[in-house]
Amino acid sequence: MAMFGGAYNTIAFDAAQCDGCGDCMTACATVKTGTVDKTRSRIQIVDSADDGFELALCRQCGDPKCVTVCPAGALTKDGASGVIDWNAAKCVDCLLCTVGCAYAGIALDAGSGHVAKCDTCDGAPACVPACPHGALKYITTSRIYNEVGDWEDLFAPGLAGCQGCNTELLMRHTLRRVGPDTVLATPPGCVPGMGSVGFNGTTGTKVPVFHPLLTNTAAMLAGIKRQYKRVGREVNALAIAGDGGASDVGFQSLSGAAERNEQMLFMVVDNEGYMNTGMQRSSCTPYGAWTSTTPVGQGSGGMPSQGKTQDAKNLPLIMVNHRCEYVATASTAYMEDLYDKLDRALEASKRGFAYLHVYSPCTTGWRFPTNQNMEVARKAVETNFVMLWEYNPRDGLQFTRPVDDPLPVTDYLKAMGRFRHLSPDQISHIQSKVVENLAFVKQMAHRQSA
Amino acid sequence: MEQTKYLVVGSSHAALEAVTAIRMHDATGSLTLLTRDPHLPYSPTVLPYVVSGRSAPDGIFLRDEKFFADQGVQLKRGTALKALHTERNAAELADGSEIAYEKILLATGASPAIPPIPGIDTVSYHVLRTLDDATRLNAAIKQSKQAVVLGAGLVGMHAAENLVKVGAGVTVVEMAKQLTDGYFDAIAAGLIEKAFTDNGARILTGSRVVKLAPSAASFGTPATPATPGVTLTLESGATLEADLLLVATGVKPNMDYLVGSPVEHDRGILVSDTMQSSVANVWSAGDCAQAKGFFTDDKVMNAILPDAAEQGRIAGMAMAGDSGLKKYPGGVPLNTYHFFGRHAISVGSSKVPEGAEVLTRFDEVSGRYLKAIFKNGCLLGIYGVNEFFDGGVMCQLILRRIDLSPVKERFLAEPMTVGREIMSKTWR
Ligand SMILES: Cc1cc2nc3c(=O)[nH]c(=O)nc-3n(C[C@H](O)[C@H](O)[C@H](O)COP(=O)(O)OP(=O)(O)OC[C@H]3O[C@@H](n4cnc5c(N)ncnc54)[C@H](O)[C@@H]3O)c2cc1C
Ligand code: SF4
Repeated sequence: MAMFGGAYNTIAFDAAQCDGCGDCMTACATVKTGTVDKTRSRIQIVDSADDGFELALCRQCGDPKCVTVCPAGALTKDGASGVIDWNAAKCVDCLLCTVGCAYAGIALDAGSGHVAKCDTCDGAPACVPACPHGALKYITTSRIYNEVGDWEDLFAPGLAGCQGCNTELLMRHTLRRVGPDTVLATPPGCVPGMGSVGFNGTTGTKVPVFHPLLTNTAAMLAGIKRQYKRVGREVNALAIAGDGGASDVGFQSLSGAAERNEQMLFMVVDNEGYMNTGMQRSSCTPYGAWTSTTPVGQGSGGMPSQGKTQDAKNLPLIMVNHRCEYVATASTAYMEDLYDKLDRALEASKRGFAYLHVYSPCTTGWRFPTNQNMEVARKAVETNFVMLWEYNPRDGLQFTRPVDDPLPVTDYLKAMGRFRHLSPDQISHIQSKVVENLAFVKQMAHRQSA
Repeated sequence: MEQTKYLVVGSSHAALEAVTAIRMHDATGSLTLLTRDPHLPYSPTVLPYVVSGRSAPDGIFLRDEKFFADQGVQLKRGTALKALHTERNAAELADGSEIAYEKILLATGASPAIPPIPGIDTVSYHVLRTLDDATRLNAAIKQSKQAVVLGAGLVGMHAAENLVKVGAGVTVVEMAKQLTDGYFDAIAAGLIEKAFTDNGARILTGSRVVKLAPSAASFGTPATPATPGVTLTLESGATLEADLLLVATGVKPNMDYLVGSPVEHDRGILVSDTMQSSVANVWSAGDCAQAKGFFTDDKVMNAILPDAAEQGRIAGMAMAGDSGLKKYPGGVPLNTYHFFGRHAISVGSSKVPEGAEVLTRFDEVSGRYLKAIFKNGCLLGIYGVNEFFDGGVMCQLILRRIDLSPVKERFLAEPMTVGREIMSKTWR
């Protein structure tokens, strides 16, 4: 019986990247049958008559029908790997499993006369590296969830976020990782709005939490950390602030704490505006974006209003120029990357100032369907609209997820409503800014590591 | 009196799926599994392979003791349900003791139906439904020189193949005009029959046995003592001698324990589309249940393994109050059959309703045969011999009533590829 609650690695197929070359099938057939007969491959790419390519591959279901209908006990779900194993010695070739599976994930291999299915090659699927177009990926993020799942969740259940918001995920993951010996500062913004500071005299966290002003978060947290040090107690000082609280009115105290190299981890959840108070612009709002204070419409004095007219401030790069112990950008669409950075930021915060800037799409303020958060976050990275990198004074700045073949920025802009009104001129301005920002960060990466 | 929240009767596919479904939703409620079989759970479907010797009898179990211990399930083997007292929610066992339940699942499956042929009680014969039947038959076929199989359904044909392979002379006697009637059509049955006759079996379709009697002939070998044979008399007056007789003329549901209970039953235990019987706290699933068919609103017997598992799961979810429960869509016949290295697959209705269109393709040289039945563009049934397609995908095409008119020609030419293409586009 399957182990429930665990997450597993999986082979993902991106049909848009596939050109039907069949190299994955050749690789599979070679490894599994010693032939190059594609019909014997366990991954089957199907050339669709009208357009594109389709996939038939075992999904390693959590509730596998092939296992339930096998009369011989020849199929079992491996609770550790998630893979459904086929036992040749027990199989009686009855083919019932092929009737049970609705996804053509187990089928008759005419060459052997037995059924055959994907076993992910024991965690190193041969098909994935064989694909010359990157259409197949082996997703291994699951190990994070399995590891993290055992750590204590330090937020109260039932945070009151907007539907589809990724901030709850971020908060819970972060505090789990940083752990119980933590003092948390959450200045006004979505994070306390969701309940970090609690209700009715109880906190929303299982660690001490306080609610500083927008302006003094880093200063207050620095003082608290120093007092703990004075009394000889080791605690992690953690701030989770919004972009408004960090890049606008909070910037002075943030910059001061960074300059003094205070020992803390300052996380910014950048949703590019004051989203919990009615979606006003911030200095992190990108050019052209609609907000309630950069509206779209007639405008006044014959000047139509077309969203924000200034470019966003690049706060993480400004933080690099404080030469902090650690600075990084991250995205919840890339959890492995985020976790690596969280580990390094936490480590750095024991020595000095660590800054983690997380791009956080806002379903409500950016206007996209609530099931699209991760997709929007991913598109931001895939178009180079935002870049994932990290910096420390010894190694300089390095890209952690370089995107060599970026999608056009319109792929990102189209994914949400706040850019719907853009004129071609505005779009080309944004695209040119993407190119310019990339060149700028690349130059820094180059210079620093040289 | 012993008490349990869930009492599951039977230990085969329907029962095991119900246990999983209950435990998915209710990890701790007391659960007792009761079966009259003395062994750990196994599938009747695997038994032909125990008979042939391909599967070791101790290698076929679907769960072990540890599974039940880990799941907090009390397993009672070798204990039959004798009577059901629904008015006080109590199950009476063969030894006279009682178990009080809050909810009970009757997943007692079926047993071989023994035809009322004159003289049948005077001869010894085999049936195949339990592991003990299979080990007996396994020993017997090794001795057999000339065997008769009554009934040319899948159980009978499997056994006949096993007998042919150990070198026995085999005659299959079937009342219907063709073998595997109800599963495969005349052309497919012809292909199957030819495989058997090519391998030396004799197939007597359209024949009825009118009398059975102990045989005067002795079938002993020097190594083994003489076994009493059987003389079969056919309607035509011809007689057959057999040293081994297998009766495989169909099954009847196990529901004797309902005598005197108000649980409604007809050919099987009548259940709703959440597998509930006519009486509160009583569910039924699998070969003993009579549930809605997919192609008809009438309640039907669809005694196949995938349906037993599906019904068991639905019953378990309903019993545990799982809100994720989806109603039973109705039984779709599904069969796979392997014979002499070839295979036959049937999915869906074998009946051709009015206005339906039948498309076939047959290559006599390779023995590849395909038949598909459509109505209003939707697939009703598909049958193949030596033509592999994904039965599970075909079943979804039927259940989802997907209009295949735009791709019908391609579908008939390449059912596997086109089925996969539609699957990937529609429900992947
Ligand atoms: C030889 C053979 C080959 C088959 N091949 C196929 C095939 O290829 N494909 C296919 O789909 N199906 C096949 N079947 C049918 C398939 O095995 C059944 O549909 C399936 O096993 C039904 O499962 P079930 O749980 O409803 O009942 P069963 O498997 O019949 O199990 C019933 C259970 O209830 C127990 N029980 C019965 N009465 C009592 C009682 N009074 N008290 C306590 N316990 C009781 C029994 O011990 C058993 O554990 C085959 C069957 C046989 C016999
Ligand atoms: S073909 Fe083998 S694996 Fe598939 S159901 Fe039959 S026995 Fe099990």
